[in-house]
Amino acid sequence: MKAKFLVPLAIFLALAGFLGYGLTLNPSVVPSPLVGKPAPAFQLAKLDAPQETFGVDDMRGQVWLLNVWASWCVSCRQEHPYLVEMAGTGGIPVIGLNYKDERQAAIGWLRAQGDPYLATVTDEDGRVGIEYGVYGTPETFLIDKDGVIRYKHIGPINRDTVQKVLMPMIAELSRAG
Amino acid sequence: MIAELGHFALILALVLSLVQGLVPMIGANRNRIALMAVGRPAAQGQLVFLVISFACLTYAFITSDFSVRLAAANSHSQTPLIYKITGVWGNHEGSLLLWALSLSLWTVAVTVFSRDLPEAFMARVLGVLGWISAGFISFTLFTSNPFERLLPAVAEGRDLNPLLQDPGMIIHPPLLYMGYVGFSVAFAFAIAALLTGRLDAAWARWSRPWTTVAWVFLTAGIAVGSGWAYYELGWGGWWFWDPVENASFMPWLLGTALMHSLAVTEKRGAFRSWTILLAIGAFSLSLLGTFLVRSGVITSVHAFAVDPARGLYILALLVLVIGISLVLFAWRAPKLAGGGSFDLVSRDSSLLANNVLLAVVTGAVLLGTLYPLFLDALNLGKISVGPPYFEATFVPLMVPVVLLMVVAPFMRWKKDDLPKTLRKLGPAFGASIIVGFLVAFVIDHVTWRTVLGLFLAAWVLIGSAQLLWSRLAERPGAAASNRLRGIPSAWWGMWLAHVGVGIFVIGVTMIGSLESHTDVRMRDGQTATIGKYTFVFQGVREVQASNYIAAQAKLQVFKGDRLLTTMTPEKRNYVASAMPMTQVSLHIGPLRDLYVSLGDQLDSETWLVNLHIKPFISWIWAGCILMALGGIFAASDKRYRRLAERSAPAAAARQAS
Amino acid sequence: MPVDRFVRPLNAGIAVLLFAALFSLPSVTLSAGEATPVAENPELEARVQSLSRNLRCLVCQNESVAESRAPLAVDLRAQVREQLGAGKSEAEVVDFMVSRYGDFVLYRPPFKASTALLWLGPLVLLVGGLGWLLLRLRSREQEPALHLTEDERRRARALLEGNPADSEEQRS
Repeated sequence: MKAKFLVPLAIFLALAGFLGYGLTLNPSVVPSPLVGKPAPAFQLAKLDAPQETFGVDDMRGQVWLLNVWASWCVSCRQEHPYLVEMAGTGGIPVIGLNYKDERQAAIGWLRAQGDPYLATVTDEDGRVGIEYGVYGTPETFLIDKDGVIRYKHIGPINRDTVQKVLMPMIAELSRAG
Repeated sequence: MIAELGHFALILALVLSLVQGLVPMIGANRNRIALMAVGRPAAQGQLVFLVISFACLTYAFITSDFSVRLAAANSHSQTPLIYKITGVWGNHEGSLLLWALSLSLWTVAVTVFSRDLPEAFMARVLGVLGWISAGFISFTLFTSNPFERLLPAVAEGRDLNPLLQDPGMIIHPPLLYMGYVGFSVAFAFAIAALLTGRLDAAWARWSRPWTTVAWVFLTAGIAVGSGWAYYELGWGGWWFWDPVENASFMPWLLGTALMHSLAVTEKRGAFRSWTILLAIGAFSLSLLGTFLVRSGVITSVHAFAVDPARGLYILALLVLVIGISLVLFAWRAPKLAGGGSFDLVSRDSSLLANNVLLAVVTGAVLLGTLYPLFLDALNLGKISVGPPYFEATFVPLMVPVVLLMVVAPFMRWKKDDLPKTLRKLGPAFGASIIVGFLVAFVIDHVTWRTVLGLFLAAWVLIGSAQLLWSRLAERPGAAASNRLRGIPSAWWGMWLAHVGVGIFVIGVTMIGSLESHTDVRMRDGQTATIGKYTFVFQGVREVQASNYIAAQAKLQVFKGDRLLTTMTPEKRNYVASAMPMTQVSLHIGPLRDLYVSLGDQLDSETWLVNLHIKPFISWIWAGCILMALGGIFAASDKRYRRLAERSAPAAAARQAS
Repeated sequence: MPVDRFVRPLNAGIAVLLFAALFSLPSVTLSAGEATPVAENPELEARVQSLSRNLRCLVCQNESVAESRAPLAVDLRAQVREQLGAGKSEAEVVDFMVSRYGDFVLYRPPFKASTALLWLGPLVLLVGGLGWLLLRLRSREQEPALHLTEDERRRARALLEGNPADSEEQRS
C-alpha cells in the first residue's frame, strides 16, 4: 500500500470529522463583534412616557441587561417569565428595548405578561437595533459599569442561561471596580 | 391501511436490498453461480416493492389522507392534483423515498442493459448497489418514516410550500436525483473493479454509458433548478452559489472529469487509478450533497428541515460508504498502475490536464462551501462565503479548462506535434480574440470580464466549427451527406456538448454585462420605458385559484409602436399557508427575456412594479440543453450496443445447444 | 432553539407599510403618463444595489440584503442608501456593517489569518494539481508501454466481443 493512495482517505476522514462536529453547531447564531466594545449610545423615548427619554449613560456605574423585545415576537413570550423572575429577585436592572413595535400593543403586552423592566425605551424604526447589530428578537446584552458590552445572548433566555451564564458573569462584573 | 401497506412494502424492500447486498457478494467470493444469480431478482423485486411503497404514499397525498403526517404537513385538499403528486417529494421524507426509488430504477436498468457482464462482476456491482440501497431505505425507515400516522387526523393539511407549487419543481427533483443516484452505478462498477482487481478497456466501456446518462440527468436537473430559481424566487438571479446549489454542482464537475477520464481509460488504458478515484469522488460528492441538504450544518435557502439525528445517520452512512471505498482504493489501486504510454503533447495528456483542472475547480468550490463550517468548528468566528468569492476563484480556474477543451479534440492520441497543433489552431485563436473585442465594442461594454467571456465563447464556437470542418475533410471523396453520416454519434455528442459550453458562456457573459432593470410605481394608464420596450400598466384585478388568491396586474408591452405582448405578473396569497408569493411574468425571447414582477401595493391604485430586461439569458439554458443532448448522443453510440447485439445470438445459440 | 426571526409571513402588511413609508416621495399625483421611478436617484440606487448584493441578510436562510424581502433587509438597504447618499464611500458603509454584525455580513470574506486558507486554497490546489500533473506526465514518458501477453489480448478481445465463455471472470 503506497502512502500516496492513502491521501484521499485522509482528506475524507478529516472532512468527516468537521462535518460531524458541525452537527453540534448552530449556523444561525452569529457572534457579535460588539462584545468588549462600548455599548452604542442612544437617547430614546420611554414606552410609558414618550415625552421622557432614556439612554445608556443613565445606567453608567451599574451592571445591567439590555433586552430587545417586541410584542409581535413569539419567543419573547417564552423567555419573559425568566426576565420577570430575575427582576423579582432584584439581582440586576433590566432595560427593555422595544423593537419596531406599536406603542399600545407593547404596553398591553407588558400589562398582560408582567413588566420586569426598570425602563423600556422604544426603537420604532429599528435604527438603534442596527447600531446594536440586532438581527432577531429576542436578544439580550450584558453591559458593565463602564458601559462596555460583555456578553450577548441571541434567542430566548431560559433558566439555564440565567443561572449558568448570566448570573456568574453579573456577579463577577459587580465585584470588579 | 394504504399507508401501512406502503410502510410494509418499504420494509420488504429493505429486506430485499440486504439480500441483494449480501448473497451475490458471497456468491462472487465463493464462485457460486446460484448465489450470484440472486442479485437480479432481488433488485427487481426491490423495485416492485419500492414502486408499491411510493404509490401508496402518492395515494395518501392524492386522496388528502391527513391522517398521514407527511400529507397533512405538505398537502391540502384544494391543492391542484399535479402539486398533490409533487408534494410527495417536496419534503425530506418523501424525497428520500424518491432517492431510494431512483437507485432501484438504476439498479434494475443495470440488470437489464448490462446482461452480458461477467457473472461475478455483475454480482459485485449489484452487491454494492444493494448496500447503498439498504443504507438509504433504512435511513428512511428509522429516522424519516414517510408513512407515520397523525393521530388524531387533522381536517385540513398545511399545503405544499407555495415556492414548490411550480412546473419546474415537478421535474427538477426527479431529474436531479436520477443524476445524483446515477453516479452510484459508476461507483459500483469502480468498487467491483477494485474488488476483482481487474480494470481494463472493457471495464471502461461498460462504465461509460452509465456515467454519461447520469451526467445528462444531473445536467438537466441543475438546469431546471436554476431556471426555477430564476423565475420563482422573484429577483431574477439564476445561480447564487448557495451551498445546496454547490452540492449539486460539485458532482457535476467531477462527473464531467470522470466522463473524459473514462474515455482515455477505454481508448488507451491509461489513468486507471485516477478514473476509479473520480468515480468514487463523484458519488461521494452526491452523498455529501444529501448530507448538506438534510443535516442543517449549513444554512441555505433550499435546505430541508433540520434534524441533527438524521444528520448523524447520513454522516455514518457517508463514512461507511466513502471510507470503505477509499480504503479499498488505497489497498488495490497501487496494482492498477500502467496503461498505454503517451507523450507530453497528446490528446491523452491534454485530457488529463483538463481532468486535473476540473478536480481543482471542484476542490475550490468544496473549500468555499465548507469553509464557514471549518472556521466555526475551530471557533475562529463566523463568516459567509458567497458569490463574490466563487466568482473570483471559479472564473480564473475555468478559463484554462475552456481553452484546453477546444485543443484536445484536435490532438492525436499518444503523441502529437505541438507546433503543428498551434499552427492549426492559431488562426481560430486570433479570430476569437478579435471577435471578443469587437463584440464588446459593439455592445458598448468593454470590461475585461465581457471581453474574456466573449473571447472564450468565440474560441469554443470557432474551434468547434473548425473541428467539424476538419472531420468532414477526412473523407474528401465521399458525398457530404455520407460524410456526415459517417461520423459516430459519440463524436457528435462531444461536439454538441462543447458547443453547448460556448452557448452557455455567451449567455452568462451577456447577462452579466447588459442586464438592466428599473423599479417604478405605476397606476392605471401609466407607462414606463426600459431599453426599447414600453410597458403600459393596465390595472390589477383579483384572480382566484383553488388554493390561492392573487392580485394580477396587466401590462401591455410595446416595442416602438407595435404591441409585443401582454404580461400578467401576480402577487399570490396561498390560503392554507398564508404565504405571500410573487409570480413573475416572463416573455422569453432568443435575444432577451422580459421579466416583470409585481411588488407591493402602495395605495389604492398604485403598485410597485419591477421591470427587467435580461439579454441572452435563455442561452444559459440552451447551452445546458445542448450539453445534455450531447450526453444523450454520446451514450447512444452503437459501440456500446455492439456488446449486447453480438452476444444475443451467441446466447441464443448456447441455449439451443 | 426557536428564535423568532423577523420573517413574519403573516405580517406582510407591516412590511408593505414600511416599504411604502421608505419610498414615499412628496406626493405627485399623475393621472397618466410616465410612471415614477422608485429611486429618486438611479445612480445612487445602482450603487445601493451592487453594495447590498454583497451583504448577507442575517435573518434569511441565505439571501443577500439586495434580494431579501425580510424587514431587516429593507432596513439595512435603507441604511446603505442613506449613508451612500450622505457621501460615505462603499468601504465606509461596509465598515459600518461589519462593526455591528461582524464578518458574517460579508459575502466576500476579508483576507485575514483565519481566511488565508480560503483565499489561497484554490491557488495551492492549482499549483499542487499542476505539479502532480507534470510529475505524472514526466514519469509517463519514460514508462514502457504496457505489453499484454497473447493470452490477455485474447481475453480482452473476447470480452469486448461479448463471448462470455472466454471472458469468464478470473477470480482474484
